[in-house]
Amino acid sequence: MRIDEYRCVACGNCVSVCPVGAIYIDPAVGRARVNREECVECHACYRGMSKEHLYPPLVRAIRKAARALRFRFDPEPDICPTDALTPEVLEWPRIVRRAFSDPQVPHESTGIHGRGTAEVKTNDVTGRVKEGEAGFVIEFGRPGVGARFREIQEMTTALAALGVEFEKHNPVTSLMVDPERGLIREDVLGEKVLSAIVEVKTGIEQVPLLLRTIRQVSRRLETVVAVGVSTRCDAQGGEPLRAVLEREGYVPYRGKTNLGLARATVRAAAP
Amino acid sequence: MTNTLHRFSEHYAFEPRPDPRPVDDDFIVFAMATRGVNDDGLVEKYRTFARLALRHNPVNVGDATKGGIWRPQPRLNPLAHWKRDDRPDAERLVAEIDGHTTVAAVFSRREDMEAFVRDLVQADLGVSINIAAPMDAAAACCRAAGVVRHSVEYSLGFQGRVERLPEGAVLEISTMCGHGMVSHNFVKKMADWVREGRRTPAQAARYMARFCVCGVFNTARAERLFEKARTGGA
Repeated sequence: MRIDEYRCVACGNCVSVCPVGAIYIDPAVGRARVNREECVECHACYRGMSKEHLYPPLVRAIRKAARALRFRFDPEPDICPTDALTPEVLEWPRIVRRAFSDPQVPHESTGIHGRGTAEVKTNDVTGRVKEGEAGFVIEFGRPGVGARFREIQEMTTALAALGVEFEKHNPVTSLMVDPERGLIREDVLGEKVLSAIVEVKTGIEQVPLLLRTIRQVSRRLETVVAVGVSTRCDAQGGEPLRAVLEREGYVPYRGKTNLGLARATVRAAAP
Repeated sequence: MTNTLHRFSEHYAFEPRPDPRPVDDDFIVFAMATRGVNDDGLVEKYRTFARLALRHNPVNVGDATKGGIWRPQPRLNPLAHWKRDDRPDAERLVAEIDGHTTVAAVFSRREDMEAFVRDLVQADLGVSINIAAPMDAAAACCRAAGVVRHSVEYSLGFQGRVERLPEGAVLEISTMCGHGMVSHNFVKKMADWVREGRRTPAQAARYMARFCVCGVFNTARAERLFEKARTGGA
């Protein structure tokens, strides 16, 4: 993302809406600037702000006069008055920032919007996670911290050493050059993303080991890690996972529940 | 795509609390089709889902590819600073559903979620339906609707460098956009504005909702939390 220097009137509205704090007002030029090293190309500023299309010199003159008189105009805080935010055409490897950070960009490896797969949300027709199995979604960088792939690789190599298998249709897996060792391609390791999700599946009995490993590795990282664990319920709707998580000291208070209402309706897919 | 999984509450506080306040105003139900399995006529399935949701007082409804019922406005008149049309547009949301997406409805009352789920069971859309909420509330909803849970996914909260995160009061609001499009700094700024009397909690909540591209931001809960921030009360 860049900010058009002619259009920007330094109103500062975009500064606070940036999820990773990459926008600032440069007093030397009196314009907003984007710190490209920290910007994750999520487009939250460009897409989320409403827009006016005012004449920039006029807005600057009014702002200058108001400032001189110490008047405080109280504008709407989610508007760019001059449509100054300008998306860039991104090239490799920077383009992975947007693929992982902008939820409205479908990742080519999954075809779905977002940073992971459908996980258990469609488990009632995909059967991805079965009874006695646990699906892990390990998310890096959220909320609002961001993560670089070098840190994510620290986790993937530790998990690979445990012999887990990474979800093949996951965007992070698609960047791996050696999934058996959890190695991610060298040219993206320095790229920063708002969030990336690693997905693995294990038996329920391995859940404590994975949780401890994730906790240990998380302590070494410069980012935050959010973990979700899923399983398939039995015929009565019960499952053994919750008790395992509680024994490991977690509070599994909130989550997702798949109601099992889906079925194959496309003729070729129906049994 | 875990955009509704990790919503912060006192249960996930980094310093554990002995008696965390239950979350009783945040229930999400969403529909998701699978390509080649149940995506025939999916536009009508999703529109039916959204129309049924609208009968039960949702505080937000969203199409993950288009946005919620509050959206940014691409060509505002300058008068918007004094008189802005910020009414939700549910009809537009339903009309613009045009293909693969996730459609979600957010409720602030458990009874509304339960009534909606009963309608969904009746409608038998054939697509995957999930509840994102406190697990016990979701389990009770399933029992009330005569549904046996198929699968569950638990949020275990945040770990790692949690000292880089803001205080819980900010996280409770910002994590209601699970894709992270609602920035912590914007929440802090709006909390200050509410305290200074420059905006109402409802206005602050709507500003936030426009950034949430999936429409899963709970404006009613945000309003309550901004009000709490204003008065400093519990």
